[in-house]
Amino acid sequence: MPGDRAHLRSETFRRERERTWRELESLVGQVERSGIGSLSSRQLGRLPSLYRATLSSLSVARTISLDRNVLEYLESLAARAFICVYGAKRHPLTAIADFFRRQFPREVRALRWLLALAATVLLLGTLTGFVLTASDPERFYSFVDPALAGGRDPSASTELLREVLYDDSESGGGLAAFSSFLFAHNARIGMLCFAIGFAAGLPVFFLLFETGLMLGAFGALYHGRGLGLDLWGWLLPHGVTEILALLLCAAAGLSIAQALVFPGEHSRLRRLEIQGRRAGAVVAGAVGLFFIAGLFEGFFRQLVTDRGVRYAAAVTMAGVWIYYFGFVSRPRRALRPGLGPSSKVSAAGTGGPTGGEARPELTGRGESLFESEATS
Amino acid sequence: MSEQRPDLAGSSLLPATFGDRPMRSIVPPEGVPLQFEIAPVGDRVLAFIIDAFFIGLAVVAIALLGTLAAGDPWLQAFAIFGVFFVIHFYFIGFEIRRQGSTPGKRALGLRVIDRHGGSLRAEAVFARNLMRQVELIGPLLVTFAPESLWPSSPGWLRVLALLWLLVLALLPWFNRDRLRLGDLLGGTLVVRTPRSVLLAPLEAKRKGGAVREPRYRFSAEQLDLYGVFELQVLESVLRKQRRQPRALRVVSEKIQRKIGWESSGGPIDPLEFLEDFYTAQRARLESDLLLGKRREFKKKGRLTRSSRRTSSRGIGEAKERRE
Repeated sequence: MPGDRAHLRSETFRRERERTWRELESLVGQVERSGIGSLSSRQLGRLPSLYRATLSSLSVARTISLDRNVLEYLESLAARAFICVYGAKRHPLTAIADFFRRQFPREVRALRWLLALAATVLLLGTLTGFVLTASDPERFYSFVDPALAGGRDPSASTELLREVLYDDSESGGGLAAFSSFLFAHNARIGMLCFAIGFAAGLPVFFLLFETGLMLGAFGALYHGRGLGLDLWGWLLPHGVTEILALLLCAAAGLSIAQALVFPGEHSRLRRLEIQGRRAGAVVAGAVGLFFIAGLFEGFFRQLVTDRGVRYAAAVTMAGVWIYYFGFVSRPRRALRPGLGPSSKVSAAGTGGPTGGEARPELTGRGESLFESEATS
Repeated sequence: MSEQRPDLAGSSLLPATFGDRPMRSIVPPEGVPLQFEIAPVGDRVLAFIIDAFFIGLAVVAIALLGTLAAGDPWLQAFAIFGVFFVIHFYFIGFEIRRQGSTPGKRALGLRVIDRHGGSLRAEAVFARNLMRQVELIGPLLVTFAPESLWPSSPGWLRVLALLWLLVLALLPWFNRDRLRLGDLLGGTLVVRTPRSVLLAPLEAKRKGGAVREPRYRFSAEQLDLYGVFELQVLESVLRKQRRQPRALRVVSEKIQRKIGWESSGGPIDPLEFLEDFYTAQRARLESDLLLGKRREFKKKGRLTRSSRRTSSRGIGEAKERRE
């Protein structure tokens, strides 16, 4: 046969689809250079369908083509497009709003037993610190770092101790600086609390207990001088939020430890990443709580010196958190007939809510509000 | 997760083209496995240093602002805030906003992806970056300021803690996917952003642009000798060493010996010979592929002259092509 030539189906295949690939390549290149936001809405709509077309080209090419260049090209193009299509890309503000509206309270509810455990440890520490310091004031020094005490120790006069609680000398910007310092400091401790959960959780207990000892020691000191009510009025308006945030971080850390020690039906590694993401989300939310607590601590505590108002604020905050974590974005009970109206909310804001909601199934690609659709 | 390393897409289907570079197969929801090159630890450390440099720069700038405005407490508040956010949210913010890359990662062509082919979620980014506390700040604290972590702790406890933290920090060197602690927790993987170059098809590369008729024909037996590997080596020779007549001649003579080629008319043009052989061989192997046969490597030995028969059958079920 004259003019007989090798007929390469794979070349025909390539000619027919090359335009799609090139279009995807230019879109992906643009996203890589200047972000997904630089695409027009039409281009954005094209991206997923081009991506799928290229994926199917890739899987065909793998079976019919031996052109290494085409294969490598498709492999890399599909991989790049995958990153564009499945990379995190929601607008941070929408993501944050969604997160606080739905996901955060849910994740916290899922952690409620660990939260209760963390609260118990903290409470135990507080009681221990209180009892020990009350029986022997000298122990105060072993529980509280002198730098932190700042002169508020058993040697101080009652007058001085009272003054610290009702000090309103600072104002305005000074308070802002103070509260942002407090926020940064506390949030850092909270994140650390989460991160050390990886060491099987023991350091978390240690840290919680230590914090409790310190609280208890202060309590005993002030109580001994007849200032107990004043101290809690000073502490609780911000303390409710701050301690809750600390407990959330601790519970998140403990959930990591739990995943490591008791992985359940999954492998340790798999379990760790499922739990890690959820715990990470909780810590992110806790940073928000620390922020609110910092504002309260920096401004409210210094500006409002009336004991009644302070207690009212503390109760309000506790109520807000109980409502938020107990009831916001809660699945309807009608859909869950097996669960009775047994949900109790523990009285103290620190105790954390204990809803009656079943623990959601832990699946790898479980529903998440951060999930972004390929087409969005 | 290691058991889910889908080698189904590995050796048998995919070209063995990736050499020694550690690859990882990711199965996206569409179900077509994708190959990613795992980012080397050295690159990641370098990317981190670049990012740390930027963070340091921003922190110094904000701190300068704070000291310049020593009188204004609001600005100071802003400075404290700013420093905190830059330190803790630099990575998180960039990785969420820029498809899993930070400036440092971009400079080295690295990306964070979801290890299971899903989308990279914000909480995964949070989890992986929060763990930096343990991996980096932890060991530094234990080494340089242990009393801030455990006041009045005995010496042996510190040594233990240091060892534990070192093991955690050095984790990427001890696993195949180069996962650090944060990657374990976030279910993420750091890969190299692939580059893609689509070259012109080889068959189009004829003089004057027109498609040249094949000058050399090969028999089925001749085309049965080589496998996919050799075909792709030949492809890279044709692409990269087109302008090197000596290399072309050496390769074509080698092939001629192997397939027992008998020159029938005049001297052989190595380039045209190789092009024709490439096209015929590829058509042969691809049509075998369609029938489910894949020959990876060449057969041993060579064809003797007696067994050689020229026939157009060598092109498989070749159909005539009219351009």
